[in-house]
Amino acid sequence: MELSTPSPQGASGFVSPNWVTTRLDDLVNWSRANSLWPMAFGTACCAIEFMATAASRFDLARFGMERVAYSPRQADVLICAGRLPFKLAPVIRRIWDQMPQPKWCISMGACASTGGIFDNYAMVQGIDTIVPVDVYVPGCPPRPEGLLYGILLLQKKIKGESVFDPSLRVEQLADQRGLFLEPAAVDELSEPFGNSVHQTRSA
Amino acid sequence: MSGAATANPSVAALRARFGAAIGRSAVVHGATLVHVARDRAHEAFAFLRDEPSERYDYLVDVTAVEYRDRELPLEVVYHLRSIPRNAFLRVKIALDRSGPFEVDSVVDLWQGANWLEREVWDMFGVRFAGHPDHRRILMWETYDEGHPLRKDFPLRGRFSRAEQVRRALGADLSAHYSMDELSIADAYGELPADMRQRLKGAAAPEGKGRSS
Repeated sequence: MELSTPSPQGASGFVSPNWVTTRLDDLVNWSRANSLWPMAFGTACCAIEFMATAASRFDLARFGMERVAYSPRQADVLICAGRLPFKLAPVIRRIWDQMPQPKWCISMGACASTGGIFDNYAMVQGIDTIVPVDVYVPGCPPRPEGLLYGILLLQKKIKGESVFDPSLRVEQLADQRGLFLEPAAVDELSEPFGNSVHQTRSA
Repeated sequence: MSGAATANPSVAALRARFGAAIGRSAVVHGATLVHVARDRAHEAFAFLRDEPSERYDYLVDVTAVEYRDRELPLEVVYHLRSIPRNAFLRVKIALDRSGPFEVDSVVDLWQGANWLEREVWDMFGVRFAGHPDHRRILMWETYDEGHPLRKDFPLRGRFSRAEQVRRALGADLSAHYSMDELSIADAYGELPADMRQRLKGAAAPEGKGRSS
């Protein structure tokens, strides 16, 4: 952030320490990026790495995430740490809907991002089919450094936002029954990947 | 494989009592397994639990097996243990492919069968006649793709991913996680006296009924 201080060549050479000028965007983004309160949605082993990240050795608090909110209403960033079964899909969606704007989402680990090794009937193939995701952290599970890097990327992303961009916070449902994405996009995102078995559906 | 000398004597007792309703038996890795005909299974289980010489007081597990060979019947498997006698018995009920997949519930004999039988219903589609709470347990109530552990169930489910997401998002949250279900208030009358005493200090439940 660039802060400009008043010129030292004032009328009497007096420098006021009491005011600075800056762009509103910079100020808002700086405060948002450095006070992210995570809503940890931990469902599997990634949650263990998340706990390690939050604990003293890696210390999430260094990046302004001092307070881990276990209430979605006091949270800014949803961290989905772990696989998400379809049975939890409406739960995470409701949590996302309960979080006030501005809000962001980190998809932590292979399972949250793509379904991972669980390419089966019970598992959501990437939480980006349920909620909009800002940063994907790869790994199975990611090390705390990985999650921290993801958080720093999110901070970088937030610092590039504009308060006056009307399109940023708009979430439009693609259909009446709750999809964010077009059905074709969901199917494409959920295609088997890596060495998954390509299995034809019976119907 | 099967040696009469090492077989659990409960099999002989069952044969003496139920005759032709008791199918083949075997000793596999030291554990005795016995097949029981479906229509007399409940009777046989009651016998195994209540007969003084048997006393199988603990139902360890209820599960089911479907073999890849489509000729073979689907089997419901019960693991029984007698704690006072330190004995173990595996009982199987073979369900013919043509007939209905339905057996009598044993919840009236062992309370612990309740969730186990619900899981078998959810995953294999075997009905348990007389079950007090015959619902799915792992998948949600409105899950409509069938019973996932059956061999004819495709691994990735029957619907497209978009349809699965849509249906999952449309599911009613309060339908799967009712506070009633988590509450121990219903079982208050059956709790041990000392636990009831302890709970009485906090909040005495007022005969709350299930709202299912």
